[in-house]
Amino acid sequence: MDILIEILIYGSIHSITLALMALGFALVYGTSRVPNFAHGALYIICGFIAWSFLKKWGVNYYLSIVLSIMVIGLIGALIYQFILIRVRGMAISEIIASYAIGLAILEGLRWGGFKGMTYTLPTFIQGTIFIAGVPVDLHRIVVLICGAALVGFLWVFTHFTRIGLALRGMAQDERAALMLGIDSDRMAVVAMAFGSMLAGLAAALLLPLGNIVVETGYNVLILAIAVCIVGGLGSWMGAVLAALLIGFAQILTEVYLGTHFKSVIALLAIIVTLILRPSGLFGRQKELEERV
Amino acid sequence: MNANSEQRRRERLDRGIKVRSDGIYSLMSYRELCYLVLPRAVLITGMLILPLVVPTYWQKVVSYVCIYALLTLSFDFLAHFVGLVSLGGAFFVGTGGYFAAILNTVLGLPPLLSIPIATILGAFICTLLLLPCLPLRGVYFAIVTLMYPLLFTRVIEALNILGGTDGMVGVTNFTNHYFIIIMLLAFLFGIRRLVNQDLGLVLRAVKDNDQAVRASGMSITYYKTIAVFIGSVMGCLAGAYLAHVFEWAGLSSFALDFSILPIAATVIGGAGTLVGPVLGAFILVPLNEWLRDFGTLRIVIYALILLAFIVFRSEGIMVYGMRKYHQFEKWVKV
Repeated sequence: MDILIEILIYGSIHSITLALMALGFALVYGTSRVPNFAHGALYIICGFIAWSFLKKWGVNYYLSIVLSIMVIGLIGALIYQFILIRVRGMAISEIIASYAIGLAILEGLRWGGFKGMTYTLPTFIQGTIFIAGVPVDLHRIVVLICGAALVGFLWVFTHFTRIGLALRGMAQDERAALMLGIDSDRMAVVAMAFGSMLAGLAAALLLPLGNIVVETGYNVLILAIAVCIVGGLGSWMGAVLAALLIGFAQILTEVYLGTHFKSVIALLAIIVTLILRPSGLFGRQKELEERV
Repeated sequence: MNANSEQRRRERLDRGIKVRSDGIYSLMSYRELCYLVLPRAVLITGMLILPLVVPTYWQKVVSYVCIYALLTLSFDFLAHFVGLVSLGGAFFVGTGGYFAAILNTVLGLPPLLSIPIATILGAFICTLLLLPCLPLRGVYFAIVTLMYPLLFTRVIEALNILGGTDGMVGVTNFTNHYFIIIMLLAFLFGIRRLVNQDLGLVLRAVKDNDQAVRASGMSITYYKTIAVFIGSVMGCLAGAYLAHVFEWAGLSSFALDFSILPIAATVIGGAGTLVGPVLGAFILVPLNEWLRDFGTLRIVIYALILLAFIVFRSEGIMVYGMRKYHQFEKWVKV
């Protein structure tokens, strides 16, 4: 019984974590159709900027988080405006270009001596509470609440605000959106900025749970891709549901098979989903575009 | 832009000698023959004398260059002649490398046997494993193939098989530059020949319009399988030879380097020309080796080069060079 409750609690926390990592990727792909393979790099660089504000320049912790999220949004917008916009529409070039950006950022950080155990962010709230006899530290509770709130906020944002509706319009039918006076290039820049800010927010929430290391960037990218593909590329609610699915699957394998198999599950999920249903479990099927 | 001001544009025309040397008549004059033979002769003799002229330290690099060139050739063939963008070059290298290591250390076969057997067996396994992904198109196929080497790394790590994280040590050393150079040349000219044969025409049709191929009563999957087999033969050969050069096969055979560098080389060299990517590998790999002292900065540098080429100069060096060789430009009035 105990183990069931533990699986339930840690499974939901892990699922929210995955959803946080993936939402930025899903947002950018859903609106501008750019698979942003620099997502993991943006995630890590946000942690690094927050750390610099906090430790080097002695800014207040919460302020430094807000500032770093702003900066990362700006970086995302600049990357799109000056580089990715030139290869827009050429799917493979987009992947290669954005992956090259991510690679350059991550390996540049590694070269700049940014590795090891020395880079950590403090948790928001110290301490541990017991839920039905299972110890959970308070920061994870904060992550759970913030993540759930963010998912709700995104739903409201995309259904009731002008920008949100414009983004959804772009995702559904770019030509129709253009005819209604939605500037697709500007919207794509906005989407990229938002996506980067979501990556930054995820970093600010999740990085205090561990060290800021470069490898995390690659792992976040893989997990984000896994969630988005299983949920259906471009479908946000699909991404949330897929995060629940993969989150619980990973926790279950961790409990019953061992930690090593955790990432095997994510990769297997990607491959199996792509082979069987390329548009994901919850995405709109576009049969001829993806399979022959 | 008013109509009175003189506007000019650049016009490109084929050189006379190119037109004259197109058909069988090129055999009638030495000038035309030389025009045709020169680029090929430069390539072949250049590659054959390469191991003789480079200094000792760079001897090993000759082998690396050829290994990467084979991988690049495989990527270019699959991506631009069959339409399967495979980001998983590392998967081929890893499979070939592990097979060579198993054949050599467990069964005790000499390198001259273990390399060919590992190549064929590895290519067979790779094709079999990629078979379910073949119906996928574009981005989806690219992402799947990107995930394969990662998956295999994690599986080997988790199950602790094939030497686990330490890899398989004690593979016999076999570093013979001419072996790999001749293999590279054979594959380069073989593939160039192949893409203009009947089979190659069907493969290119699969890339351009697979529904038309299907409508002609040909199985797309069958032709894609053949293409993937050819591509993975090159990848596995590179991997098997690499295992014998390093005397080791391990998890880093599945490293991202083997997937990224060939793509970078193809983009820089000129996609779809087959020779261009090889040229790209001959530029990038020595650069990579030269920058080794800078640690991971070299990855930053080649990521930036790749980015610059793909965003600003996506035609590549070889296409540019061929244009200069075959055509001349002049300014004409509009």
